[in-house]
Amino acid sequence: MAVLEILKYPDPRLKEIALEVEVFDAALQSFIADLEQTMRAGPGGVGIAAPQVGRLQRIVIVDVSSKPKIKQHGRLVLINPEILEWEGMAKGREGCMSVPDFTGNVIRAKTIKLRAQDEQGEFHDYDMEGFEARAVQHEIDHLDGLLFLDRLVSRRNDLFARKVYK
Amino acid sequence: MADNNHWYMLSLIGKDRPGIVAHVTSALFEGGANLGEASMMRLGGNFSMMLMVQFTGNLHGLHEIIDGVAESLSLHVHLDRIDGQLHDHRQPDVRIRVYGADRAGIVAKVTGVLAEAGLHILDLESDVAGTQTEPVYIMTIEGHAGEGVAALESALEIVKQEGIDASLEAIDIMVG
Repeated sequence: MAVLEILKYPDPRLKEIALEVEVFDAALQSFIADLEQTMRAGPGGVGIAAPQVGRLQRIVIVDVSSKPKIKQHGRLVLINPEILEWEGMAKGREGCMSVPDFTGNVIRAKTIKLRAQDEQGEFHDYDMEGFEARAVQHEIDHLDGLLFLDRLVSRRNDLFARKVYK
Repeated sequence: MADNNHWYMLSLIGKDRPGIVAHVTSALFEGGANLGEASMMRLGGNFSMMLMVQFTGNLHGLHEIIDGVAESLSLHVHLDRIDGQLHDHRQPDVRIRVYGADRAGIVAKVTGVLAEAGLHILDLESDVAGTQTEPVYIMTIEGHAGEGVAALESALEIVKQEGIDASLEAIDIMVG
């Protein structure tokens, strides 16, 4: 196992769209082990996506079990993840190992229904909420070439600007 | 970074109009200054800027760059050499919302009890909404809870007993 180098913005690979994983072999398992070790080596990192280490494949690891008293699924390897349903909106503060020395407020869905494959290619469905749902949405954004910087909201206009209807 | 590359804090205030930021930052760029962190907003029809500026010359040289454009836009200028740097962020761990019928002393009351309970304010924004006859004061604060979030929660109870609406939430930063 090895700790891989985390790409930092403005590395252009962070803006690429990652490809589906089709082969679930030993090489994939080995990469996932490295990716997990890289996530755990980062300060406070609760999630990581393969493009953050320059591998443009749809692989995400999330583990928010270090946070007390929240609903969560523990360590999750999410391959080819797909959000099937979204509900609610909440503002929360995010940071990113690929964007050092900055945190900002981002609006995410409060709850999501997620379908993803595991390391062996088996499909699973998950109902997620809160911090874990936020982490998964942040990581899936990486698979689509998006950073939380693309979703920052103004500090001043808290949640939603009021719409004016004529 | 060369030692003679100093940071200054530039404050500019004047009647709001479109183009202020573009004019001021162009003058700074053309004068060879770099910009750092900034906070700018319209307050009561005025535009206010606070801007970290890095410049190799002295205070006088920086005034020469900025005074002309400031005068043309009728902006008041204040410049200070600061002992500061980039990458010196402190992350907030608590967000506090306060609102109520506007009355004298509301900010002093709220921030007073919170300071006593260990709050270090990192960011405060407030506005007066409602109407001329019935103004409503609204404030959001992000800060660091030096003595824990529970201490701030108790402090807010004091405020709430006086008819001010206040709520608080821990900021749990998601790093991914």
